[in-house]
Amino acid sequence: MSDVEIIGTPERTVTRRKFIMGVIAAGATTSSVGYLFQGPQPLLGALAVQGSVERLITLNVNGQQRRVDVMNQETLAFTLRYKLGLTGTKLGCDRAECGACTVLIDGVPSYACSALTHSVRTSQITTIEGLEDSDGTLHPVQQAVLDEGGFQCAFCAPGFIMSMVAMVESNPNPTREEAAQALSGNLCRCADYNKILTSAMRAAEYSRLQA
Amino acid sequence: MALIGQDISPPDLRAKITGRAKYAEDFRADGMVFAKLLASPMPHCRVIRIDASAALAMEGVVGILTADEVPQSEGGEQCLTNHPLYEGEAILAVAAVSETIAADAIERIRVDFEPLPFILNPLDGVRPGSPDGRPEGNTQVARDWVSIKWTEEDFANAPEGSMPMPEGEGKFDTEWMVGDVAAGFAEADLILDETIVHQSVTHHPMEPRSAMAYWQNGKLYIHTSTQSLVRTQQALANQLDLELDDVVMIGEFCGGGFGSKISGSIIQQVPALFSRKINRPVMLRITRAEENYLGRARPGMQARVRIGFRADGRITAIDLAALGDGGPYARGDQNGGANTASLTYTPPNMRFRGLGVRTNTPPKAAQRGPGGAQIIGMLEPLMDKAARELGLDRLGLRRLNAPDANVAYGPNGSTLTSVFVKEAIDKGRDLFEWDERIARSGQMNGSKRTGIGVGVSPFAAGSRGFDGLLVIRTDGKLQVQQGLGNLGTHSIADTARAAADVLGLEWDDVEVVWGDTSRHLPWSSVQAGSQTTHAHTRANHAAGLDAKEKLQSIAAMDLGGRPEDYETSAGRVYRRSNPSQGMTLSRAATRAIELGGRYSGYELNEDLNAMTTASATALAGQGLVAAARDNFGGEGGLQSWVVGFAEVELDTETGKVDVVHYTAITDCGVVVHPRNLGAQIYGGSFQGMGIAMSQKWVFDPVWGVSFAKRLYTARPPGILDVPMDVQWAAVEIPDPQSPVGAKGIGEPCVGAGSAALTSAIADALEGKCLCRTPLTADVLLAEIEGRVPAYGPLDLHV
Repeated sequence: MSDVEIIGTPERTVTRRKFIMGVIAAGATTSSVGYLFQGPQPLLGALAVQGSVERLITLNVNGQQRRVDVMNQETLAFTLRYKLGLTGTKLGCDRAECGACTVLIDGVPSYACSALTHSVRTSQITTIEGLEDSDGTLHPVQQAVLDEGGFQCAFCAPGFIMSMVAMVESNPNPTREEAAQALSGNLCRCADYNKILTSAMRAAEYSRLQA
Repeated sequence: MALIGQDISPPDLRAKITGRAKYAEDFRADGMVFAKLLASPMPHCRVIRIDASAALAMEGVVGILTADEVPQSEGGEQCLTNHPLYEGEAILAVAAVSETIAADAIERIRVDFEPLPFILNPLDGVRPGSPDGRPEGNTQVARDWVSIKWTEEDFANAPEGSMPMPEGEGKFDTEWMVGDVAAGFAEADLILDETIVHQSVTHHPMEPRSAMAYWQNGKLYIHTSTQSLVRTQQALANQLDLELDDVVMIGEFCGGGFGSKISGSIIQQVPALFSRKINRPVMLRITRAEENYLGRARPGMQARVRIGFRADGRITAIDLAALGDGGPYARGDQNGGANTASLTYTPPNMRFRGLGVRTNTPPKAAQRGPGGAQIIGMLEPLMDKAARELGLDRLGLRRLNAPDANVAYGPNGSTLTSVFVKEAIDKGRDLFEWDERIARSGQMNGSKRTGIGVGVSPFAAGSRGFDGLLVIRTDGKLQVQQGLGNLGTHSIADTARAAADVLGLEWDDVEVVWGDTSRHLPWSSVQAGSQTTHAHTRANHAAGLDAKEKLQSIAAMDLGGRPEDYETSAGRVYRRSNPSQGMTLSRAATRAIELGGRYSGYELNEDLNAMTTASATALAGQGLVAAARDNFGGEGGLQSWVVGFAEVELDTETGKVDVVHYTAITDCGVVVHPRNLGAQIYGGSFQGMGIAMSQKWVFDPVWGVSFAKRLYTARPPGILDVPMDVQWAAVEIPDPQSPVGAKGIGEPCVGAGSAALTSAIADALEGKCLCRTPLTADVLLAEIEGRVPAYGPLDLHV
């Protein structure tokens, strides 16, 4: 029998907990340690989250004040999906690589997997669920995507649509190249980019008509 | 106007764009707990001892599931194992009231491993004295495990930098020959002899393979991510030794599969079994890091090919020897790749020898165009090389060797229902403006050199004999039951059109039922092999004809005359000679219920699959029930084609490739949904471009662990990586053996996209074919600058 820790899993000198605390102290954001770090190296010797303490805060989500208990290290994606029931925000990577979790924080498209919930307590958060009117009228961006038949598997769709909403706000008359730049933080593994761009251009058109 | 051929947004799209669409991970159940996996930290090992006492003592931990408690498979893959054959393979699972606690608990489990020797690429696995990837051997011949090693002499006989092609018995697991390869090479004016290295590529669908399961009254309810629905229900029932009826599977949406979730995935057994054990709903959310390992990959290959050409460009012989990376549990794609080469280039003489070597790398599975995409991506630049050396038109050389309808290919002389690839090549020549663009080949624009490429790519495109099941309801709507999966191809909606068209209905009068096996679905194809468009337009056409015949009979019964005197359209069945004489479908459905028997599902055709019979019986009495098997028959297999054309600019200072333009022409029979077809062609082609250019596999050779395991390291194309200037067209010649005429299209586009780039990049390198993927900037720059590459010519995982 061998000691497994010498086989491909060298010890770390910085524990994960210390690392995260360091990141938080430095004012940067980190990912959702709350629910899942676990890659295939279970034996790194660093215990993840011990004694997580939740604190009751109020979040402004889709125009509503939501009271929710939040851990210190909790990401916005975690809070939205697992505590507020807003599962339209998807987690594709949980590491700011894919953009499936994109939401608007004060109108700015942001990866919800990489924003700590405590850091957005004073912000206005908009998710995919917040775009439709209460009477069922779609947001012009959503209507555009519907009309253009946008997306295939659509797991990336909520994130792309949030980026499109931000795009039409900041650049209501984009070229196709500018639209591609605006959406370049989102990944579509079906690579349905052509139809997504056509939808984005249609979205800009509808938004201009409505403005 | 027929629905087939129109652009119609699918009925599930609104849910997808409002956040209401529920993927497996979005479901919750009362008392639900989260499971986390403990994964192997090394590529091959045995678990000696597990100490979970500290974990199980934690507050909030509900239980543990070990490999001893899951279905055992001798030599096959298990959802949990004490003998991991790849880094990341799941060993055990822990459930807790929160995922945070479950993850914490996993880290408190002490596991002792015995590390075992490992193999990371197939060629290393046949070196003399090398370890086998599995204790049983390194490959299977028929079903028997064997250890095939080549000799020092075999390696010494290969020219420097070339793959060995050893002769003699027992060097490969598969061998076939058609014609006489030696005679073929004897009549050749040019013989190319090349070594090929194709990378493995992780599927990485956007949605990881998560699942949530619970049990009620002895039935398993499972929400899972799967490409296929009723076939996944059946597969899981078999795996868990359950009656089909005792598995209720819900999979309305699937966030991508590309072959990695054909029948769901083996890890979905974990929440099912865990939930039974602890009697609580269990969610297993798979992370991106886990997906890299559990999520399957396209098998790479190391190969050598000799191709003989006549002076006019006609291929006289192909001799292909390929080692495929089978991962721990598969055989690799080399055999299918050889068949695709035989079909695409129609060599009168061909020999193929293949060996699928088991390696300790993440498991391999079909990925969109399995085998075909790899072989086309590797061989198309060699067609260019031959054309250059012979002074021929590159496109003309491909057309000369391309098949027509009387093709007989592969070891068994396989035949096809239809082939219109030459028509596609001709159409592409015009649309791509081949002659004008090829004149730009090699031109410099600042530091950038233009390259023109083309990839001719076929792939499987259909199957036959499945069932269609319809209900014409008393509200006059046509309800189409679909047992398919919904992975984004829109097949659930698009194939339903075939039934509506038989009855002359508008799309607003059609409602599609899918995604939940408790909703009485018919026997369907797996959503793989690009079968669905062909198979289920046929099945729904058959059911549509059954419905029409019943409508005609009811009308004749009530209104006089013979059934054939009646026609259906616009929601009515009416007399051809006097359209005012008729009844609405709503009325006819009510009459069908009154009549009972065969009209409303109480008597069914005997040739239906048992699943369809059960579903139709459950729907009996709800309206006019039509259920029919696709008995249209046919001879030969189905293949669709995509011919991809690319213009690229290779920056000779940075090695970066910009795809300036892409044109794709398809032969896929009748076009069912033009906009969606375009999306499939572009999306598949762009995936192929990722294979050709960016998606890496890299391992630490000492420890055998993966380096390129996340999206940013094994990067699929982003929106800025794909060409903006694109166009597609179809030859639009119906497949003659289907009443609808449509063939599948999901897969051939991948090889077309990959090959168009490998071909264009070789062109931009002034004809130099690197014969490997991925062609990343560092690889290209080393070539441009004439440096000795940092990798050997046979190295995989560069």
